[in-house]
Amino acid sequence: MAYLELVDLHRDFGTVKALDGIEIQLGQGEFLSLLGPSGCGKTTALRLVAGFDRPDAGAIVVDGRDVTRVAPNKRDMGMVFQAYSLFPNMTAEQNVEFGLKIRGRNRAERRKRVGELLELVGLGHARGRYPHQLSGGMQQRVALARALAIEPRVLLLDEPLSALDAKVRVQLREEIRRIQLELGITTLYVTHDQEEALSVSDHVAVMYGGRIEQMGTPSEMYSSPATPFVAEFIGTMNRLEATVVDGTSGEVDHNGVRMTVPAAQGLSRGERVLVLIRPETLELEPAEGNGGPADLVGDVLTHTFLGPVTRLKVIGSDLELIADVPTSRVDALPIGMKVRARVPEVGVKLLSLQTEPAAPAAPAPAGR
Amino acid sequence: MKGFRRMAPSAYVWLLLGGLYFFIPLLATLLFSLKSNQTGKCCTLASYGWVIHNGDFWHTLKVSFLLALETIAVSLLIFVPTIYWVHLRLPRLRPVIAFLALIPFVVPPIVMVVGLLKFYKGSPEWFYAQPWGFLVAAYVILAFPYMFFSLDAGFRAIDVHTLTEASNSLGASWPVTLVKVILPNIRAAALAGSFLTLAIVMGEFTIANLSAFHTFPLFLQYVNETQAYPAAALTLMSFAITWAAMLSLLFVGRKRGARASVIAGAR
Repeated sequence: MAYLELVDLHRDFGTVKALDGIEIQLGQGEFLSLLGPSGCGKTTALRLVAGFDRPDAGAIVVDGRDVTRVAPNKRDMGMVFQAYSLFPNMTAEQNVEFGLKIRGRNRAERRKRVGELLELVGLGHARGRYPHQLSGGMQQRVALARALAIEPRVLLLDEPLSALDAKVRVQLREEIRRIQLELGITTLYVTHDQEEALSVSDHVAVMYGGRIEQMGTPSEMYSSPATPFVAEFIGTMNRLEATVVDGTSGEVDHNGVRMTVPAAQGLSRGERVLVLIRPETLELEPAEGNGGPADLVGDVLTHTFLGPVTRLKVIGSDLELIADVPTSRVDALPIGMKVRARVPEVGVKLLSLQTEPAAPAAPAPAGR
Repeated sequence: MKGFRRMAPSAYVWLLLGGLYFFIPLLATLLFSLKSNQTGKCCTLASYGWVIHNGDFWHTLKVSFLLALETIAVSLLIFVPTIYWVHLRLPRLRPVIAFLALIPFVVPPIVMVVGLLKFYKGSPEWFYAQPWGFLVAAYVILAFPYMFFSLDAGFRAIDVHTLTEASNSLGASWPVTLVKVILPNIRAAALAGSFLTLAIVMGEFTIANLSAFHTFPLFLQYVNETQAYPAAALTLMSFAITWAAMLSLLFVGRKRGARASVIAGAR
């Protein structure tokens, strides 16, 4: 049975549909990331769960209890905000203690819990410091400890790392995951950073235009995108529009170039499809002449160093490809060289072009 | 000290001129207040003694001071929750309230008091005939712009939405959030508004005079008309009282302001 359920949630802001019937079921102790571009409705969904906003329709159920109309201070949701939200007039210790005081816990219990949580987030030494004496990362750690202090039923994180620098962001997201696993707390995490979402979550829900495009485990989302939007949003993807030529052999045609894609087998001739190829699965080799009809041929336009791999942009007539090549091999494929791209037999996905989502009329307001 | 060394010579001249502009009248008043009422010669503290031993001085000072405290309390009770709610839920109303706050600047006190006397005519005796009722109501209006703009600046300096939502999510109700989270973070602004209100009420003459209440400025005016040297002493003493209030504001504001600037920097 699901611990947190969002049932057919709708929320409009004027003519803009911020949420258009989203459905989520999350088990106890699970970590779900809501991922999507600005204005897709992910923060709106989180704010509805927190109780800061009310849905126009639908229900929010926590542990079998409908909390849709419950005030935010009665919901037992711990929240970490995007903006630094520590109370400036209180020390780190007093911030963490705040929720426990409101709940009328006795002094000894409060001190014990605050000490434990500050140690858990690695800030036992900074308990007497005021927010302005803490770095951004430390402030978010205290905010996390403060949210956890009340032993919330659900932990809500609204892009808590977006204001931090890259190194601290990576470090803190790992800490958040460690703590979440240690405490077994059901967590809803909002982010627009796909790397962040894929690295810490049990499940990822990609949102677009107020709807959930796809929900699944990080590896499912990466390897089997259900829609072109998800394919585009999660990782980098080469998208080749093609027409099925032979549904028996799986042959498709992309601007005169014939490719055999096993996933096209069984489709009817003339059907428009989108061939999706991850850059790391494309193989490049030097080409002579303009290649044959089955060849994706183009010139290397740029090299982008990414560490172990180098990303090559290949431009041909009616063709633009991205390919990741081991950095040790990149000297053999210099800028300007004509190359041939070999489409792998496995790892290529095919989507019917009818599944392309309609773009929303206007982006929903981000944040509140 | 380095800053002073780098100052251009012309700056010293302007500083000196500015200083003279402010201090010469004070010095003249001081010298005048030290003259003897009998001989007209310097120097005696008799005028100060006369003021201190005058029962009316203490009575009117007490009345004005209590009026100021009541005005501050009523203003804070009305304006803090109102401005908080406007910032939180009705931001579009802010320009409207800012415009309303300017009205006491535009309407002369003499016009205002006539209007208020007519408006409150027929109200209960305990309100209309007492300074604690009628005068405080008028002074709250008079202090509105000072209180509003001070508090508004305070609210704009903090992230009202996030602090409120953080507090709510931790289980605090709206009143608890206002008292425990918001108020401590706008303390400097509330103090600034309070001290400005104090200064206004301690020096307000027109409304008190026309509504026939005997307050400190009326006593000051009476002494000024009847006793030349004690009037100068009284002027300096009221000046000192106002300055003491302003210095305490400066002291508290500096402590809080230093911290607020660091917080802003951290963001």
